[in-house]
Amino acid sequence: MNAPKIFPCRAGSAELLQGAAILLAITMMMMMTAPPAFAGLGQDVSSVPADQVQMKGTLRSTQTQAYTVHEIRAATGTVVREFVSPSGKVFAVAWQGPWPPNMRQILATYFEQYQRAAQAQMNSRPGRRPLLLEQPGLVVQSGGHMRSFAGRAYVPDMLPSEVSAEAIR
Amino acid sequence: MNRIQGVWAAASCGALLFVVACGGGGSSHLNVISPSGSNVQPVTVSGGPTGQYVDGAFTSVTVCTPGTSTCQTIDGVLVDTGSSGLRILSSALMIPLTQQHAPDGNPVVECLPFLDSYTWGPVQTGDVQIAGEKANSLPIQVLSDLEFPVPTSCSDNGPSADTISSLGANGLLGVGSFAQDCGGACVSTGASNPELYYECPAAGCSVVGENLAQQVQNPVVFFATDNNGVVLKLPAAGAPAVSMSGSLIFGIGTQSNNALNGATIYPLDQFGNFATTYNGQSYSGSFLDSGSNGIYFLTSGVTGLPDCSGFYCPATTQNLSATNKAAGGASGTVNFSVGNADDLFNNNPTAAVFGDLAGPGSIDGFDWGLPFFFGRSVFTSIAGQTSPGGTQPYWAY
Repeated sequence: MNAPKIFPCRAGSAELLQGAAILLAITMMMMMTAPPAFAGLGQDVSSVPADQVQMKGTLRSTQTQAYTVHEIRAATGTVVREFVSPSGKVFAVAWQGPWPPNMRQILATYFEQYQRAAQAQMNSRPGRRPLLLEQPGLVVQSGGHMRSFAGRAYVPDMLPSEVSAEAIR
Repeated sequence: MNRIQGVWAAASCGALLFVVACGGGGSSHLNVISPSGSNVQPVTVSGGPTGQYVDGAFTSVTVCTPGTSTCQTIDGVLVDTGSSGLRILSSALMIPLTQQHAPDGNPVVECLPFLDSYTWGPVQTGDVQIAGEKANSLPIQVLSDLEFPVPTSCSDNGPSADTISSLGANGLLGVGSFAQDCGGACVSTGASNPELYYECPAAGCSVVGENLAQQVQNPVVFFATDNNGVVLKLPAAGAPAVSMSGSLIFGIGTQSNNALNGATIYPLDQFGNFATTYNGQSYSGSFLDSGSNGIYFLTSGVTGLPDCSGFYCPATTQNLSATNKAAGGASGTVNFSVGNADDLFNNNPTAAVFGDLAGPGSIDGFDWGLPFFFGRSVFTSIAGQTSPGGTQPYWAY
């Protein structure tokens, strides 16, 4: 299969324009067809609207000295708060409501790590209880019961120095 | 058989015949009817069907193909006052139940999120008997990832708890504060639907609106009598033990064995919680839950208690106290102990009853799990059902 020659080594201006057009088309196709896979924890602040769309929620932002909180309120009653550092990264998420949010959406690239660790904890000692994962690079705490859930997840290394984990709620 | 048992056996002749008739259906098991009433189901705190569980209260449930005498008694079912609805592992169920269908004829399947996992599987109806109580054509969830492929929107919750090794039980007997697991939010589709109920034609599953009557139900509300709540009565725990016997009593104030008798009533708030004050701070997201296998409260960062693999592990046992307070004004102090979980497990490898087991994990309060129930009669009423404490859901102890 021939790969599209987007940037040929010795391209004329017409070929360059054509290449740029193809690149633009591919980018637009990806934006239109691919789900917003990279939203949530660890991602850029620009991913927050994708979470809002997924949750079919309303968005409200509040700023403190150390961080900005983007609060997404879903019609289900579940509230997700994304904590964004001054450098524009989501360093923590917290949730509260009758049902948990889509964990893959809010944990983003950390979801697989969360899933493996939760599975391992479940298998190591069966027992129904809150979830506490303290992994290198990922902390997840999830408690509550049917119709009332609350939890938080954060990346310890990304926490601004003046922010304590207890503030994430 | 003493005289009282004889009277009960005579009075419950139909029930006994019913159970005896189940003999051909599977791992049959005849419960001795307790002298204290046909509304009393024995429970055992033990390692459960895997032998690995700690601080779990297990019981057995008889399930029948609707309208038939094809029945099976399933043991190792966890008594859970923190959820509503009966859920049975497909691998433990040997008899056919009746699949529920959506109005368009497609099978209905449920995804139920829990704290660290989800359960997935078809909604089916069965005739259920527990002690002398019957719930006919009860919608239950049959847990299986195999019959219907798990949609991504469900597996996005985390790992599945649909095997005996992950669930640690053959099923969950959810006898909590609500008549259904979801309630009004699941009736209509749309943005406010939390996406618990699906219809699953061969082409794949999609969210479906599920009427209240079709949702997975708290079995207690289907009973003809004793249908307004439960009492879980367990003896006090001493040193770690292999097992403990207690009773799950159906109904509140319906018989001489389930009267409130001056127990303090704690109404639940709109989220199904009350407040617990600890070290001068009030935490509004607190609750009682026999299905949590320890007392889980706050985090190490707040309590200063070191944690170890999900439990607290202080150097020496800590004797602590907290105050539960309901929105209605009732309050009461609870004394509890936090042992070193690693030491408890290592020093008592065959034990399954631990009165001092506690851990972190509930960021906004206290999850008063099974150790709280030891040495108490704890009442859990069901929202909308009339009982001596009113129709609003409450705990009392």
